[in-house]
Amino acid sequence: MGKKILMKGNEAIGEAAVRAGCLNYFAYPITPQSEVAEYLSRRIPEAGGVFLQAESEVAVSYMIFGAAGAGARVFTTSSSPGISLMSEGLSYITAAQCPAVFVNIMRGGPGLGGILPSQGDYFQATKGGGHGDYRLLVMAPASVQEAVEMVMIAFPLAEKYRNPVMILGDGLIGQMMEPVEFPDHLRTDPTDKNDWATTGMEFRKSDKPNIVKSLFLDPNALNENNLILKAKYDRMKAEDIHYESYNMEADYKVLIVSYGTMSRVCRTAVDNLKVNGFEVGLLRPKTLFPFPEKKIRDAAAKDSCQVVISIELSMGQMVEDVERCVQGRRPVKWYGECGGNIPTPETVMDVVTSLVGK
Amino acid sequence: MQTEIMFAGFGGQGILMSGKILAHVAMEQGYEVVWIPSYGPEMRGGTAYCMVVISNKPIGSPIIKNPSHLVAMNQPSLEKFAPHVKSSGVVLINSSLISIGANRKDIDEMMIPVTDIAVKTGNVRSANIVALGAFVARSRLLDFNMLRRCVQEEFKNKRAFLPINQAALEAGKKAVTEIPYVLNKQKISALT
Amino acid sequence: MGKIFKKPEALSDSPTHYCPGCTHGVIHRLIAEVIDELGIRGRTVGVSPVGCAVLAYNYFTFDFQEAAHGRAPAMATGIKRVRPDLIVFTYQGDGDLASIGMGEIIHAANRGEKFTTIFVNNAVYGMTGGQMAPTTMPNQHTSTSPFGRNVDDIGMPIKMAELLAALQTPGYIVRQTVIKPKYIVKAKKAIKQAFVYQLEKRCFSFVEIVSTCPTNWGMTPGEAVKWTEDVLLSYYQLGEYKNPEKVSGDKHAN
Repeated sequence: MGKKILMKGNEAIGEAAVRAGCLNYFAYPITPQSEVAEYLSRRIPEAGGVFLQAESEVAVSYMIFGAAGAGARVFTTSSSPGISLMSEGLSYITAAQCPAVFVNIMRGGPGLGGILPSQGDYFQATKGGGHGDYRLLVMAPASVQEAVEMVMIAFPLAEKYRNPVMILGDGLIGQMMEPVEFPDHLRTDPTDKNDWATTGMEFRKSDKPNIVKSLFLDPNALNENNLILKAKYDRMKAEDIHYESYNMEADYKVLIVSYGTMSRVCRTAVDNLKVNGFEVGLLRPKTLFPFPEKKIRDAAAKDSCQVVISIELSMGQMVEDVERCVQGRRPVKWYGECGGNIPTPETVMDVVTSLVGK
Repeated sequence: MQTEIMFAGFGGQGILMSGKILAHVAMEQGYEVVWIPSYGPEMRGGTAYCMVVISNKPIGSPIIKNPSHLVAMNQPSLEKFAPHVKSSGVVLINSSLISIGANRKDIDEMMIPVTDIAVKTGNVRSANIVALGAFVARSRLLDFNMLRRCVQEEFKNKRAFLPINQAALEAGKKAVTEIPYVLNKQKISALT
Repeated sequence: MGKIFKKPEALSDSPTHYCPGCTHGVIHRLIAEVIDELGIRGRTVGVSPVGCAVLAYNYFTFDFQEAAHGRAPAMATGIKRVRPDLIVFTYQGDGDLASIGMGEIIHAANRGEKFTTIFVNNAVYGMTGGQMAPTTMPNQHTSTSPFGRNVDDIGMPIKMAELLAALQTPGYIVRQTVIKPKYIVKAKKAIKQAFVYQLEKRCFSFVEIVSTCPTNWGMTPGEAVKWTEDVLLSYYQLGEYKNPEKVSGDKHAN
């Protein structure tokens, strides 16, 4: 652990990747995450890596694909409309089982939308975005420090599953400054990829060509590849669900499920309501896929719990997963804004108290 | 205990930098801190503001409806944000550019011509540092010596501008001593 | 007496799926011969396109990546940037490179990426069943231009070699064909030169090869060769359009 440094989220994300041992970055500018590229345009050359500003986000996703397919640790950062353009590549990268890290610093949509914070890309990140049966491992930081740590563990996770990992932060995570440390113990060495990547036969002393591909014209072969992908997603569900519980030991009347910046606002609301004798539990998924299904189901079933609410910077996306987990045991409500404004703790307190009789 | 300071003004007045230096001071003193900018088109000449949240425990919501204090560098900022400042807060008004007051009796209002002072100390662009010096001196939220160190740190790669900003900082501090307290000094909301 | 004709080591034993009279097989062989002659098979990575050559990796004996439609130059950029010690080439058709992948090829060429592109131009979308391509000739009948390509409606065929040669970044840009032995010798020379420039880390190198598609043209292989020579080659003229040896100025070579 080094000394704490005051850093903007976007810059800290760039530094975290370098500290994690990733020196290959391809990107295209877009607000509100352009500071990552600006930061790395100086930092990566100094560290002896590859920095390239591409002609489009479409091209970025294939530069990532090519580099990952050649066995390199590689990552990119973008914001919502850019991630839409990269979604084609994400589908291919996932099908070809290449590890890579994508950071989405979300802005409001749809369309050009706005440039202020949003969580409107929840479906895109967790349900697909590109075509076909694929998933990303999606992590959602609630602070700059957590963004740093998630970026650093994203690389070994991507390699563990040979699957892209997405860090899903809202615009505020990128734009705000907080003191951060870069934990040395999160630095990892890339795994050996010679058994599948196009590393060059003479370099890996092999006579067998490696083919990185996503085309399986034989229906049985395609089904087989999809079963391999599914097995990985099942393994993610078994091994890599992460969440934080807050005030969940109390006899809460209301259970809030919220992530990212929005969850911090909810935490303050929970604290303030507690002072008034109103107990609220807060469950914050740190991984959005895999989703903490069982934890939410159990937390909703607690005797004191009367109602569950998903509070998000979208028009009701995560709430569908919450409903799926609660399975009708309790009413499930939604509250959110998705124009760029972030609800204040006062608003959340009003919303939560209005759900149950005084 | 948590306190929130809003810096607001025109884009180009160094609003974001003032907030960043203040956040740096707080961090060096061991506090938890969050710095939040306004970002986007405002960067190019419109209104700019940033919020610094300082606390002795982990900070929950970075979104603040009612800040504890306000440093208003232009009139639109004062009009927009002064009504939201919590009771007993410090409201610094750049009287070089603002002809009105906050029109509140429950705050520690300071009219300081920070732009004029900056011009006098040598560079209009250090008005933000004059304001920062004045604010920290008046609010006593953070240690002034640490502020001096952080200003030095901020300009370590722009050494040519350091002396003028150091002078601006001291000029801001001095300007405060000439302003009488209307509110009880002890009542002004502090960190600890 | 030794063997005087053998299969290049870089070519696999798999029979190709290409139609009779198609030139892909010849072009594959030329690439394989060049790779053998340069002794680079162990460090070569090919990037296959979407198009008839999507399965190209089945016919070569070195590493391959398979791109999405038009994106091969971006993938090759990613590979070459992180592994400059690998020899990288893309193998793309005209629908892939000149239509959906126009952005990727222009920018890769303009950055001077140190990889090689083999551009197989047969004036039609092959794999999807003979639709009109940006390279389809005026009045040429295809499955989506049943009355012939109307240039008032859709514009003139794009000359990719000329287009890329107009960029100010140094590069090696050449157009050849493989419809007859006399052309094949020149085409191989160009392909070899392209790889040599890559080995020397000189520049982006691009070999356009005017090719046949008898199936989608509705011709016999013999007719296809004649039509290529009579029609295509008069529009897509063979030659070197750019060479890194010559200083690139406002006037480009022809």
